Amino acid sequence: MIRNADIIQFSWQVLIRHRFRSVMMLLAMALGVASIVILTALGEGARRYVLGEFAFLGSDVLIMLPGKKETTGGLPPLTGTAARDITLQDVEQLSHRISAIGDIAPLVMGSAEVSFKQRSRNITVLGSTDALIAVRQLKLAQGRNLDVIDVDRASDQCLIGQTLKAELFGSDTVIGSWIRAGDYRCRVVGVLQGRGDAFGMDLSDSLIMSVAAAQRLFDSPGLFRVMMKIRPGYDIDDAKARVTALMKDLHQGEEDVTVISPDAMLSTFDDVLGAMTLGVGAIASISMVVAGVLIMNITLISVSQRTEEIGLLKALGARAVDIQQLFLVEALMTTVIGAAIGLTLGLSIVALARLAFPEVPFYTPAWAILSALSIALIAGLGFAWGPAKLASQLLPVNALYRRK
Amino acid sequence: MIKLQDVCKTFYLGDQAVHALDHIDLDVHKGEYLSVMGPSGSGKSTLLNMLGLLDRPDSGSYQLADTETAQLPEVERAELRSQYIGFVFQAYHLVPRLNARENIELPMMLAGVKAAERRKLADDVLTRLGLAHRAEHLPKQLSGGERQRVAIARAIVRKPTILLADEPTGNLDSHSGEEVMLMLEQLNREGITLFMVTHDAKLGARAHRHLVMVDGQIVEDSSTQGTD
Repeated sequence: MIRNADIIQFSWQVLIRHRFRSVMMLLAMALGVASIVILTALGEGARRYVLGEFAFLGSDVLIMLPGKKETTGGLPPLTGTAARDITLQDVEQLSHRISAIGDIAPLVMGSAEVSFKQRSRNITVLGSTDALIAVRQLKLAQGRNLDVIDVDRASDQCLIGQTLKAELFGSDTVIGSWIRAGDYRCRVVGVLQGRGDAFGMDLSDSLIMSVAAAQRLFDSPGLFRVMMKIRPGYDIDDAKARVTALMKDLHQGEEDVTVISPDAMLSTFDDVLGAMTLGVGAIASISMVVAGVLIMNITLISVSQRTEEIGLLKALGARAVDIQQLFLVEALMTTVIGAAIGLTLGLSIVALARLAFPEVPFYTPAWAILSALSIALIAGLGFAWGPAKLASQLLPVNALYRRK
Repeated sequence: MIKLQDVCKTFYLGDQAVHALDHIDLDVHKGEYLSVMGPSGSGKSTLLNMLGLLDRPDSGSYQLADTETAQLPEVERAELRSQYIGFVFQAYHLVPRLNARENIELPMMLAGVKAAERRKLADDVLTRLGLAHRAEHLPKQLSGGERQRVAIARAIVRKPTILLADEPTGNLDSHSGEEVMLMLEQLNREGITLFMVTHDAKLGARAHRHLVMVDGQIVEDSSTQGTD
């Protein structure tokens, strides 16, 4: 009986001495595996990126926005259309009457031209309170936070981001300088650290002023959002129910706000993006099937080209199982080498993509690597099985003299 | 050694039946030197393929070394082929990507002989056939005579009992042909049963026993010399 080492060596010789054919099969397999590795890395990268965008909120924050959608589950409404605004009085009530709420940051948002001396810039202006720093987990690079004042009092203090500081001030002194935002003037008391990107909004290129001042600036009595940080030891779902109930009371029994917790939102995003990763992985798997079909075709051609050789091997004492093994080991080698090349290629491209786009956490999940290798093996061997069986069943005399 | 009884083999060309072997009876003893002659299509090669277990009879019995082979499973026929039979083909049938030594090692590889032993046996037979210096050459780098000698080396390296040669000099010039014939006859003198299919009457006459086939039947079975 033919020894395993000899089967491997014989098959290796076939691969080496039929280079073009071998390269074609290796290429098909490598591209199939690489496409799974790369596409799932894209999907997983997108998932991690989006989750990362929300991660700053932490799991102990509730967000309230005006408007109520009747449907439950799924993504929250991005813009609410409410009959009644959320007001600063509502915020005060929430702060006083619900003990679970620690920091509470009302939010007004708009766009305004900000200027200092001769320089001006059109940016996002946020109106909030000192609590925003704690709720959003922001850090200050320079200066201090806004003063703690009543929410309905407009102060003349403001915080600015790093980009805005660089664009407006250059080398000028920042802290204590007065800048103009629309018709309003404010004094810079602090500069935010880092970028603070979230929801596609770049906080480094924005200005934060007191909420009452922003309401006047934008002539907007209603709030865009209210962010609440829940105290340690309190249940977030319970707090959410209390906030909803209180808002209903404050709004004459009408449930016209939406309260969301980042965890629920993240879980939904996670589900959706996870399914997307799985989807692109499945699409990429089709390329493995194509690779498998190519291996089948090339193995069929190989069987056809080597029919005389098969007849000769049989004449020299080879059994059907020996012939089948020779062709299957050849396919197995092609699959393993091709998959290894594809894996290396795919992971290298993913690593390069991480270098090129450091903000997106491209990452190929372990399950995708395992699936790619398993599918490669199944496709490679599965599709070679038929031709190998065909070769093994040829009658020696027919194979040797190429008779039908 | 070989016993054929009432062996028939029919091929079909469209609707037309061709009786390649038509009720063949044949007894061959160990060490005999037989030639099989006859016109094209007379069934010579079919007989050789049948004897080499490359083909199965439609009916009749074929005993090789006291084993009835006609209905034997393919795996056991492969084992018998490996153990008893060596082939020399007119077209050499060398594997083009393997060098001379690797071609000679093939039957040993299929029989599970270890690489070191294979190499030694292959080198021994290469030396014996005067091809030691051509061991690393691919078939395309060898002359016709050398290729056939490599094919003979491959056929005898496992020390078979029966050597089946189908037109072994058919593709060779007269000098190379004579060399190959002398080699085959030497092997016969050493005890191997030699079966040679040929069109060449002169070559056929060198055998000790002559079979003449016409239309799938053995019409003449004569001896010019007893077996050794």
